[in-house]
Amino acid sequence: MTQTQSIQLTVNGEPVNASVPVRMNLVDFLRQELGLTGSHVGCEHGVCGACTIEVDGAPIRGCLMLAVQANGATVTTVEGLADTDRADALKAAFRDRNALQCGFCTPGMLTSALSYVESGGPADRTAIREHISGNYCRCTGYQAIVDAICDVIGKEAKS
Amino acid sequence: MKAPDFRYERPESLSAALALLADEANGAQPLAGGQSLMPMLNFRVAAPEMLVDLSGVAELRGISDSGDSIRIGAMTRYRDLAEWSDLEAKLPLVALALPHIAHHAIRNRGTIGGSISLADPAAEMPALMMALDAEITLTSADGERTVPASEFFLGFYETAREENELVTSVRVPAATSGQRSAFYELAPRHGDYAMAGVAMVADAASPITNLRAAFFGIAGQPIRLSVLEAALNGKAPDDEAAITVATAAFDEVDFIDDLKASAATRRHLAGVVLKRALAEL
Repeated sequence: MTQTQSIQLTVNGEPVNASVPVRMNLVDFLRQELGLTGSHVGCEHGVCGACTIEVDGAPIRGCLMLAVQANGATVTTVEGLADTDRADALKAAFRDRNALQCGFCTPGMLTSALSYVESGGPADRTAIREHISGNYCRCTGYQAIVDAICDVIGKEAKS
Repeated sequence: MKAPDFRYERPESLSAALALLADEANGAQPLAGGQSLMPMLNFRVAAPEMLVDLSGVAELRGISDSGDSIRIGAMTRYRDLAEWSDLEAKLPLVALALPHIAHHAIRNRGTIGGSISLADPAAEMPALMMALDAEITLTSADGERTVPASEFFLGFYETAREENELVTSVRVPAATSGQRSAFYELAPRHGDYAMAGVAMVADAASPITNLRAAFFGIAGQPIRLSVLEAALNGKAPDDEAAITVATAAFDEVDFIDDLKASAATRRHLAGVVLKRALAEL
């Protein structure tokens, strides 16, 4: 019989109590149990980056962490980013630069890009590409995404 | 796919974790950062009866500097290493390699001990341990033993670790004054597993002195080639003739031949990474 375990965590600022099957990964828990379908599930083995979410302030793969391991953690998904203005500049730049087409990679890409911008990364295209190397985009060819991230860093530098 | 069913335990002390591993009836598998084990579960390549999550064992985490060597706890994450302010001064080779180890989000979870225990042939950390002559500490309910890296990595995902043992820490000699380090790898995408890579240190760059070069991604385990090192010692790092003699040592390597790259390609790439790393020594 599948073992379940109670977890308490904070998701997008809200306290969550749940009982989860121990084999359930974190992104499935967010999508299926909490209805937070903004985090996408692509490869389920840590390669594509579509499920990238923030746990305790750091981007991680939602498919490579068990929900039960998030007990006590603070989780932020793309829905949580929309609740605050943290990612507003980045989202606007993604729109302006056409840095998304189908949008499947975008929640994970925004999460990765935001950690780069917030850590004070330079507007260096090679460094940006290295930072987002764990996020596949099959539409844009990445140029527009790198443009958008550079735009945000450039604007912050001016202000 | 999704992970198969398992029992989950999250002990809060090393002794509790070791007790779970000691009981064969548990069918227990230690879970470190999960960045390789979770994909293996999702692929159903691994199906342990029990996962022993080590993330609650505080004594397995942390970096301590005793001057001439650095002890790194097995559950120390790559991110912790990257944030350690003395990394560049004390372990410059590790500092060079870190940005190449998977991707940012993976480094936030992946652990030193997990990588060493898994011993993926293309992983960087085992090769770093070989190049740096590190010692690996293994602990079981019966006690503790220390194995030099050169005797730890035995083959494809095969190490000297017994099933009831945990890699609990590694001890890495700190860089000596004037020591040179270089690292180079070739991967299909930045952060992917390398098709060929080399991590090297030397007491001096020109002429090359006491070279220790560990290749990874080319054979079942990270390897040092004494013939190759001997051919390069005493030579300038751009000595083409010496490099040609050195790479003849690849004759003794059983190169990996798979869909990513043929054995012949890997042999070629091993020479490429060697030359490029030497240029940065």
